[in-house]
Amino acid sequence: MPAIRVRGLRKAYDAVEAVRGVDFDVAEGEVFGFLGPNGAGKTTIVEILEGYRQRSAGEVAVFGHDPAKGERALRERIGIVLQETGVERFLKVAEVLELYCGYYRRPRPVDELLALTGLEVKRNAVVKELSGGQRRRLDLALGLAGDPDLIFLDEPTTGFDPTARREAWEIIRNLRSLGKTIFLTTHYMDEAQALADRVAVIAAGRIVAEGPPDHLAGRDSATEIRFVSVPNMALPDLAPATATVDARGEVIRTQEPTVTLNVLTGWALDRGVTPRRTHRRPPHPRGRLPRADRGDRARRCLT
Amino acid sequence: MSDLTIALRQLRFEQKAFWRNPAGAVFTFAFPLLFLVIFSLLNADVRIEERGGISFVTFFVPGILAFGLISACYTNLAIRMTISRDFGILKRVRGTPVPTWAYLAGQVASSVVITFLLFFVTVGLGIVAFGVEFRTTTVLGLFATLALGAACFCALGLAVSGLCPNADAAPAIVNFSIFPLLFVSGIFFPLDNAPAWLTSIAGVFPMQRLADGLQYAFDPRTEGLGFNGGDLWVLLAWTVAGSGLAARLFRWDSVKK
Repeated sequence: MPAIRVRGLRKAYDAVEAVRGVDFDVAEGEVFGFLGPNGAGKTTIVEILEGYRQRSAGEVAVFGHDPAKGERALRERIGIVLQETGVERFLKVAEVLELYCGYYRRPRPVDELLALTGLEVKRNAVVKELSGGQRRRLDLALGLAGDPDLIFLDEPTTGFDPTARREAWEIIRNLRSLGKTIFLTTHYMDEAQALADRVAVIAAGRIVAEGPPDHLAGRDSATEIRFVSVPNMALPDLAPATATVDARGEVIRTQEPTVTLNVLTGWALDRGVTPRRTHRRPPHPRGRLPRADRGDRARRCLT
Repeated sequence: MSDLTIALRQLRFEQKAFWRNPAGAVFTFAFPLLFLVIFSLLNADVRIEERGGISFVTFFVPGILAFGLISACYTNLAIRMTISRDFGILKRVRGTPVPTWAYLAGQVASSVVITFLLFFVTVGLGIVAFGVEFRTTTVLGLFATLALGAACFCALGLAVSGLCPNADAAPAIVNFSIFPLLFVSGIFFPLDNAPAWLTSIAGVFPMQRLADGLQYAFDPRTEGLGFNGGDLWVLLAWTVAGSGLAARLFRWDSVKK
């Protein structure tokens, strides 16, 4: 049984359809990245899964429960880390954790929560005196208070500086190594790439791409330049781009297409050579893409 | 771990948070006491002829008890719940397995604790500083009136917080809903000579009934156990209505879903 199963999910607000037929599964122990711009329906879907909103149509099961029913048994198993959610401002960090741990039947010990989120030194600090980053860690610690099997993380690193971001990623990787299922909502492709096993991209209420992050825009980010060279003429040094030859001619893969093309065309002009059939293919996602995006995939003829 | 334990822990931490927030503690707690001291000093030698010549403090201490109870149970609870909702605390709580009743019971119990602390300080100050007579014969009626009043105003406080659109508006709405009625309810000054239509309108509302019930228990002319039936029935009716409204209007989130 998957941790999350969604079929034909729809949600309408009055006349506006925010979610228009969404299907996906999240397996147990998986880190599932949920990407999309603001207003794409991301928050609506996540809040339906968390039990905060009612769906208009479709099936949703989280560990076999319908989250809309608000069952206590389900809430025992999930942890929710929302953005901009308040905490009792006049309690100390350890006190808030003790209070929230008390809501669960099998909580994670307060000391462990503090250690996991690096808040040990702040255990006696009053919540209102915490910095923004420390508040986010407390949010995370509170989400983990019930030692959940499934954790919803809503843009956990938005507004973080690079160091804080790397630390947060480390925490999330630790959770993953504990076998937790993680539903990660994010704006950032690199975050999804660094953490997620699988990614779904949502736009205008539909899932437009789904698959391992490397396949969606990931490490296969090199631009491919192809041309047919003149026989017996050595290519210039194009490092760090790589040059190979296949049946159709020269293949150069580069992260810096403009620089590489500049060197290449300069080299060709110097020697009075006009390369035949030059093609540049930009990096592209290999997932299912909406029709509108397919234009980007078309190979562009340079000469 | 039982749900009662959860409610009691909630109460413990609500109390901690309350006493750590000076603004909240001052307004809920010290305000009624300040009134008690000032008005009792100003009226030290006043006797109320319409009430058989009782001293001003005998009238005023139960009035301040009513005022303190309303501050702690109604004003304080309504504003606190609206802030909790607006800041997303309720939303976070909703995402945990805590039963709604246990969470709310902790909130209500915290208001009741403040009410009873206020009771002891007010009556203690009244006895020591102003020589008010505390009557042991009516103590049952007194506590019954306090308990029912607390239930009534907590229910109404929860209900009105459901009507407050956001935390910024809450103090204005909550205070506006209470102050005009406080002045016509015989809490700060006796209304024995006020027009009959005014006192009958005030008598529909729980503020006047709470004050009257408490004054009845303090009045040296009162015989019996201090239960003022009419007042208690009206308070009970408002408790039922308030609870129903609170259940209908309660929201976990400031945004409509």
